[in-house]
Amino acid sequence: MSEADPAGTAAGNGAAAEAMVDVRGVSRTFHRGRTPVPVLRDLSLRMEKGEFLALMGPSGSGKSTLLNLIAGLDRPTGGEVIVGGSAIHRLSERKLAGWRARNVGFVFQFSNLLGALSAERNVAVPLLLTSFSARERRRRVDIALEIVGLSARGKHRPRELSGGEQQRVGIARALVNDPALLVCDEPTGDLDRTTSAEILDLLVALNRDHGKTILMVTHDPVAAERASRTLHLEDGRLAECGHDGTIEVPVHEPAGAAV
Amino acid sequence: MSSFTLISAALRRKKTRTFLTFSSVVFAFLIFGVLSMLQTAFSMGAEIANEDRLVVRHRVSLFQLLPQSYEADMEEIPGVVDAMHMTWFGGVYQDPSNFFMQSPVEPAEYLDMYPEILVPEEAKLRWIETRNGAIAGRALVERLGWEVGDRIPIQPTIWRQQGRGDDAWEFELVGVYDADVEGFDQTQFLFRYDFFDEARSFGRGQVGWFMVRIADPDRAPEIAAAIDDTFRNSAAETKSESEGAFAAGFANQVGNLGLIVTSILGAVFFTILLVAGNTMAQSVRERIGEIGLLKALGFTSSRVQRLVLMESVTLVTTAGFLGMVLAVGLERVLRPALAAYFPGLFLRPEDLLLGLGLAVVTGLVVGIFPARRAMRLETALALRRL
Ligand SMILES: Nc1ncnc2c1ncn2[C@@H]1O[C@H](COP(=O)(O)OP(=O)(O)O)[C@@H](O)[C@H]1O
Ligand SMILES: [Mg+2]
Repeated sequence: MSEADPAGTAAGNGAAAEAMVDVRGVSRTFHRGRTPVPVLRDLSLRMEKGEFLALMGPSGSGKSTLLNLIAGLDRPTGGEVIVGGSAIHRLSERKLAGWRARNVGFVFQFSNLLGALSAERNVAVPLLLTSFSARERRRRVDIALEIVGLSARGKHRPRELSGGEQQRVGIARALVNDPALLVCDEPTGDLDRTTSAEILDLLVALNRDHGKTILMVTHDPVAAERASRTLHLEDGRLAECGHDGTIEVPVHEPAGAAV
Repeated sequence: MSSFTLISAALRRKKTRTFLTFSSVVFAFLIFGVLSMLQTAFSMGAEIANEDRLVVRHRVSLFQLLPQSYEADMEEIPGVVDAMHMTWFGGVYQDPSNFFMQSPVEPAEYLDMYPEILVPEEAKLRWIETRNGAIAGRALVERLGWEVGDRIPIQPTIWRQQGRGDDAWEFELVGVYDADVEGFDQTQFLFRYDFFDEARSFGRGQVGWFMVRIADPDRAPEIAAAIDDTFRNSAAETKSESEGAFAAGFANQVGNLGLIVTSILGAVFFTILLVAGNTMAQSVRERIGEIGLLKALGFTSSRVQRLVLMESVTLVTTAGFLGMVLAVGLERVLRPALAAYFPGLFLRPEDLLLGLGLAVVTGLVVGIFPARRAMRLETALALRRL
């Protein structure tokens, strides 16, 4: 990836290999009553396959909004979102749901497991949307739990697990359909330092050993440090961010210039 | 693991609430079953009424008498096959609480009119031989511990015997009848009209009402009118109606039971809709984040809608089915125990089916709004509630 072009706006020139995420001139405006609230304006971002990108920024700056657009949870008011080669901003609701099931793993601030189900059943929930055999499902659940280091605790209910363990179950659930892209919205936001570090170790390992492309929204500079690259979102603009937290290069190029 | 795992997980989230809702639905359907049984019991006469029988009574009231000679007059009317009379006796056996229906009849006529009644041949013969012979329904005989051959003294309240003051009438039980129709009154006590007519102290030749069999049920209104016309302007005018209408009218005098039952049921089901509807609405409200999560994981909106709908149907329908099963159980216990007092007390198959159908429909109705709400939830917005 090019240090000089951190927001990846050169994606359109066709020279680079196909990006994992290619956001082009995207805007997203919400409405509060009749007042339009523009959160993202003409924003572009490129993530290579295998990248681990941290997205920082003040609260309310639109980090989750951007993450949702990339993960196919929301659609842009304008611009294009191309993920894994699919122009997902053009997909219908129904198609988008299917696309998410196959291509994106979600990790949230709270693990939000279903309290009445054991860890392994929680992990198996996304498999309900597949046509795998019971045996294949079983195998996938076992592997996912193994990767997050919870093989021994599959039968436990969420309330019998610690916060960190619950988050691991959440990560196993995100992995079970083997998506290329993981999106994590403040995955350590609710955890203490030590547990956070363990979860970040796990994410780093998933990125390094399993080739997952990871987009992680975080408030925490220590967490961001574990990523291969950090972007800062403020006032609707993206900027490369040094590991000391200072903004090094303000980047905002109009999409028209890029494409 | 299947979608049902998710449904059951949702129901187990708040176990106490689910249990309370479940129980109230069970109870509502039990009430439904019991009320259906009561309604059947009270309207039994109308239910088993034959379309080809008319009841002819005094125009003013059931308690005024008609000349027995009307029977022959009616049998002359075209369309009438047969006529037979009965009279309300209203006596007391030992204690007024032993109440049962007593009437003098002409045995052969009666048995012709009611083919649903089963009397052993030898009992029929003994009845014809024995002037004070009487037959009684199986349930009554068992309730009062009678045996064939017993002398049954019945104290008169209306019909005294000539020259014998308040003395009891003495009957001899010559047989027991059964009925091959569910709900046919098995508590009647029937004795011979000739014996009664000769011994009574007044009203000789007068009877209470007539049962008239007609050839063509479709012509019932026309024949009823013809009968009433025949006796118009006589000293005792008549009112004829089909047996069903007569029995229904009789049941209605008990109070408009059908309406009462329907109102209670309406209130019960309205409450169920509120209770179960509230549970489902609350459950969806608490799970907005969870529903957003399912959608994020790739569940389509319509699939989420189906899940919530199935949750409601599962809750209400299993509870409803259980309620109906309990009602059937209760019927099994009550029916033999109360057969002697409440002959028609049973849960009709159609009421059982109605209850089961109602359980499914209620489940759907209760679930539909929460399910739509879940379907419409915007994923990104819902996730903010995690
Ligand atoms: N669905 C929505 N409807 C209306 N406003 C929204 C919606 N989602 C986010 N916003 C607003 O957009 C802004 C950015 O939100 P968000 O992306 O969640 O910020 P961050 O994740 O950086 O804290 C906030 O002001 C928020 O209130
Ligand atoms: Mg956020």
